[in-house]
Amino acid sequence: MLSYVAGRLAAIVALAFGISGLVFLMLRLIPGDPVMALLGTQAANPEVVERLRRQLGLDESMASQYVTWLGNLFRGDFGYSYGQQRPVSELIAANFPATLQLTVCALFLSVLLGLAIGIVAALKRNRAADTLGMGLALALMSIPSFWLGLLLILLFAVTWPIFDVVGGTGFKGVVLPAVTLALGTVGFNARFIRSSVLSAQTQKHVITARAKGLSRATVFLRHVLRNSLLPILTVVGIQVGNLLSGTVVVETVFSRPGLGRLLVDAILSKDYLTVQAVVLIIAVIYAGANFVVDLCYPLLDPRIARR
Amino acid sequence: MAIAETLPADDSGLAAKTPLTVSVLRAFRHRSLAAGTLICVVLAALVICAPLLTGFDPAKQSAMETFQAPSLAHPMGTDAFGRDMMARVLYGGRVTMLASLAVVVMGAIAGTILGLVAGYAGGAAGFAIMRLVDLLLAFPGILLALAITAILGPGLVNGIIAISIILVPVYARLVEGATREIRSLPFVDAAIVLGAGPIRVMATHILPNVMSSVIVMTTTWLGVAALWITALGFIGLGVQPPQPEWGAILNDGQMFLTLAWWMTVFPGVFLSLFIIGVNLMGDGLRDVLDPTIAD
Repeated sequence: MLSYVAGRLAAIVALAFGISGLVFLMLRLIPGDPVMALLGTQAANPEVVERLRRQLGLDESMASQYVTWLGNLFRGDFGYSYGQQRPVSELIAANFPATLQLTVCALFLSVLLGLAIGIVAALKRNRAADTLGMGLALALMSIPSFWLGLLLILLFAVTWPIFDVVGGTGFKGVVLPAVTLALGTVGFNARFIRSSVLSAQTQKHVITARAKGLSRATVFLRHVLRNSLLPILTVVGIQVGNLLSGTVVVETVFSRPGLGRLLVDAILSKDYLTVQAVVLIIAVIYAGANFVVDLCYPLLDPRIARR
Repeated sequence: MAIAETLPADDSGLAAKTPLTVSVLRAFRHRSLAAGTLICVVLAALVICAPLLTGFDPAKQSAMETFQAPSLAHPMGTDAFGRDMMARVLYGGRVTMLASLAVVVMGAIAGTILGLVAGYAGGAAGFAIMRLVDLLLAFPGILLALAITAILGPGLVNGIIAISIILVPVYARLVEGATREIRSLPFVDAAIVLGAGPIRVMATHILPNVMSSVIVMTTTWLGVAALWITALGFIGLGVQPPQPEWGAILNDGQMFLTLAWWMTVFPGVFLSLFIIGVNLMGDGLRDVLDPTIAD
């Protein structure tokens, strides 16, 4: 167990360094002088140009620039957004809670709906409910979330105004964006859970349990579902990333504040330090979520840690 | 489904045809493959025949005809500039469909080559390539594409490049695994002993054996590519106005959602149908071509 945890820990530290290195290189890959690109309209002021050049350490080697940048990150210094005239860390802090709320609500919805459709489809395999459930899953995988969001706005703004349609970070405001964000991922979850329930059903101990006279319900709850918990955990890990990056679109549709909206605005206004910070944070949260999932695996199936 | 019904019930009627025709016709008995192909073919025909179906120019503005509801003259209404929505949806479909296709083709070619090289070379080079692939896969979904768009700047071509770059590691991982497996089979050793060079071995002995997995993956990712390319268009980072593209058209309509529902509903229906068709095709092809999935 200890060596398993140590192995996962080493992997995530290596991954975090890799992610930060790639995100660091991003700014250096922009064609032209990064200082000019960062300053935009303020590039005319030679004093500001010189100060930023020293701050980024552009006259030093790439490696020492990276170390300086990483050191600043650990102190919570993501640089200064010249477009917004505020430190990037302030922008992140102001926008993070809304995105966290949205993503957590959507994650619950996504997993619950995926479980419901997937389990029903597996239990009623090759019958009407299965066809219907899998058809629904395919439709949800195919319909773009931004269009779905627009349709929901149309429906709830015009015909049935019970939720706040745009803005609003309270409960009423988060329902429609969370549903929109979640539905895009439900299709994948439903398919994944259906196939894992189906493969758990064919295990020998499940057949034994059924043969010794346990009821279908008991067999399902005690033997099938328990073996399907692992794939459900995997789904959670995958969807954290998809939902976080999906906020880019959903927050745009519902004009909600958040990291996704911040990222789009930053790309459009060439606010590169903000882009860098948001990309880094989302990628690190995604890696962290999968690390937690990895740590949970042995709790459900002790064989994993012994391998 | 319609295609499947026109086939004879048994294979005897197919005996006179070539093996390829037989297997293609057999494949179309698969319901979702037939239905998906039908949807895609109809949509492709509609956008290709756009000039025959509508007399309007998708870019032609008309100040007198803004926000017209659907009518006989404008079956899908008009937008904020008085442009005919049907013309915009049909011509915009060309851009969306071609762009999605370009994304998967470019991503598939680059990723397959990378995977072949990594899997065949193995050792330190293969290890280094695959760790880079792992690193790229650590960025979720569309996030990496957005980061690349930030570097390259907004635009259709840059969007296509950005999204095809995120497909490269996906293909590389698939092909690398398959290549390593095939690399160790006796017939590959035999080819090397007979004097075939690495490029020849990869092209004529390994590639044909990974091709069906690559094709299955391409149809699976075509739908995702369409989702992402239109998402870029929708948030204003893809196609730039006035060029029509399904995502960008939906972006135009967003502001006038409650005023002109037709600006949002029609392009979205076409886009969703296209992705549903592609995904049905992908599911069908996976069943037909991939023997490892028996469900």
